[in-house]
Amino acid sequence: MAKSKKPVDRRGFLKGAATGAAVGAAGLSALKPPVAMAQQSVPRQVPVETGGTIEVTGNEKPGSDFMIDVFKSLGIEYCAANPGSSFRGLHESMINYGGNKNPELLTCCHEEASAAMAHGYAKVEGKPMMIMAHGTVGLQHASMAIYNAYADRVPMMVVLGNILDIEFRRGNAEWVHSVQDAAAMVRDYIKWDDTPVSLGHFAESTVRAYKIAMTPPYEPVVIVADGGLQEEPVQEKNLRIPKLVMSAPPQGDSGAVAEAAKLLVNAENPVIVTGRVARTPKGIQLLVELAETLQARVQDQRLRMNFPSAHPLYGNPGVLPTTVPLADADVILALEVQDYWGSTHKQTPLNRFGMESSPTTKPGAKVITVSAIELNHKSNYQDFGRYIEADLSITGDAEATLPALIEACKKLITSDRKRALEERGKKIAAMNQQARERNRELAALAWDASPISTARMCAELWAQVKNEDWSLVSFDRMVSSWPTRLWNFSKYYQYIGAQGGAGIGYGAPAAVGAALANKKHGRLSINIQTDGDLNYQPGVMWTAAHHQIPMLNIMHNNRSYHEERMYVALLGAKFNRGIDRSDIGTALIGPNIDYASIARGYGLYAEGPISDPKELGPAIKRSLERVKKGEPALIDVVTQPR
Amino acid sequence: MRKTICISLLTAVCCFAQAPGALTGNVENGKKLFERNACYQCHGHEGQGGLSGPRLSQTKFTQTGFTAFVRNPPPSGMPMFREKVMSNQELADVFAFVKSIPEPKAAKDIPLLAP
Repeated sequence: MAKSKKPVDRRGFLKGAATGAAVGAAGLSALKPPVAMAQQSVPRQVPVETGGTIEVTGNEKPGSDFMIDVFKSLGIEYCAANPGSSFRGLHESMINYGGNKNPELLTCCHEEASAAMAHGYAKVEGKPMMIMAHGTVGLQHASMAIYNAYADRVPMMVVLGNILDIEFRRGNAEWVHSVQDAAAMVRDYIKWDDTPVSLGHFAESTVRAYKIAMTPPYEPVVIVADGGLQEEPVQEKNLRIPKLVMSAPPQGDSGAVAEAAKLLVNAENPVIVTGRVARTPKGIQLLVELAETLQARVQDQRLRMNFPSAHPLYGNPGVLPTTVPLADADVILALEVQDYWGSTHKQTPLNRFGMESSPTTKPGAKVITVSAIELNHKSNYQDFGRYIEADLSITGDAEATLPALIEACKKLITSDRKRALEERGKKIAAMNQQARERNRELAALAWDASPISTARMCAELWAQVKNEDWSLVSFDRMVSSWPTRLWNFSKYYQYIGAQGGAGIGYGAPAAVGAALANKKHGRLSINIQTDGDLNYQPGVMWTAAHHQIPMLNIMHNNRSYHEERMYVALLGAKFNRGIDRSDIGTALIGPNIDYASIARGYGLYAEGPISDPKELGPAIKRSLERVKKGEPALIDVVTQPR
Repeated sequence: MRKTICISLLTAVCCFAQAPGALTGNVENGKKLFERNACYQCHGHEGQGGLSGPRLSQTKFTQTGFTAFVRNPPPSGMPMFREKVMSNQELADVFAFVKSIPEPKAAKDIPLLAP
């Protein structure tokens, strides 16, 4: 059989293709010897049963080794991947040359899980995780999770395997896994991508990609790692990895900040609305300082851990984070807010004909926005929300802008004004106290009910984790925000917000990724896991067991896609056709799903299903004992809908 | 806008004034209808309410007011239940079930809810 050689200088070919040079492969073949072979000392031919021969090189350093050096230089701790042939070179280099450390390879059962794990990890650790996937079918699987990360302003390093040069494609699988422009599929919802054609190019673009991902607004980036570039021996001279130089985050214009301070200090009732403000723990401190300086209420959308939930200036913790009570505000400061318009307008409900809206804010209320998102607007996907008719729009990262805004406010506050602000603060604190008491009363309703109330489930959990160094690695809207209403959130890692793009299937893998980030800090990770979501990526439970990621998963098993059922019910009533069939297509019953058995099958300690609230506390205790030993555990709790 | 306010006021007045000729409700059937028509999805299986729907247990509504409200709720996420969807008798049954839900424990009597 003929030896499988590549008859061209592949680097030259790729570079030529990239610059548009019209050079035929045959021409190159005639001009240059196969470089891989030229550099081999003593190539041997080994017969293989499949009918060909392979080259055993043994003493050469493949390009993928250098690529691993690049990732190591960026301090990337983990790489989540479902194995794929288009990045087998990187895979082999990572585990052998790289010692499977920084990055360590995490075995995932689906690319969507890889991306969602990276999403959750970044929100706790504050830096990107890497994922690898085929440029075609792998990216197709991962794409929803990448969109979630994009809409949630989360950094992620996506590395795609692809074989651009047809001379390197072996058989059908590599043809169907190859693509001209791999990143095109997700380009609408990433911040930057590149397809390097040399190792030097790879190093520079990967360092650049990291920098772009970590410059607010944070977003995912994509680097395509060509298959040939990974597997061919390194031949480029003077290869180097550029120094990573991070950008200072963009700060709002100083004149506009001074104007904002004037409006806020002179306001009778300013309200601060927060979306994704705290990128770092410092963000929480700054927001507390601003709120206390102004003695202003903070209405938190809970998209990040922005503000301590037990702080007296925390706005009513009993409302959904998407509906913001602002009727009393004369100045609204919106910091990195998601869907500001939707949060400040009442819209015709589904069960009424037509679509009308009216503002919920006071006429004449001044609106100040601070956001970095305007630095990265895209056209196709509509996550930017409706245009905001603000009185003062400041383009800049909110966390980076807060120090200047605090300073400007402090300069304007006279001692008389300070006394007035303190009086306002006392009123807000009294309202906050009333709301907290009211929440406890509401939590008592259906206390002994079966299915178990979400308030009872969250109170039982809180009783057993409140003295630990805990981290809630799931968002809490699906359980009526009971943790926000009953628990005491104060640290950055204690809450990570929601999916971003409202794409279901995020919950379980993001929780595992966040728990992985918590692991090295010895924190206790708690995941309140909705049943509908778990069924998208149940295999991530195996990933948690395999990599010994300690976390308590407590199922909010309401056996339904609850929100969708309500929508169908509303329309059934609107068109006078009935509501009693709204379970069709929305209920997860007949048979009931046994999540504890599934979890055991994946190697977790598991209990349930638990329907009797009296059994819940002891089950949590037993499961926490296992988690504290370093295991993931799951309790299946049959719950009320919300 | 004015029309909406008038309707809402009228609804509110009707809700708390018991009209003569109220129907006798069947608690057991009411519970079944409460489940079948997905009332529990927003109001909870015990009518305890939630962020999607208000508490129904210990309601101050009369049966007439309850029916009037369900027939024409103010603009919200609450479906409009017309007679074709639920008859007056069925609404009376649901109302009877809601009224039968016992008073819950107070928060102060639950140690886990201590401040």
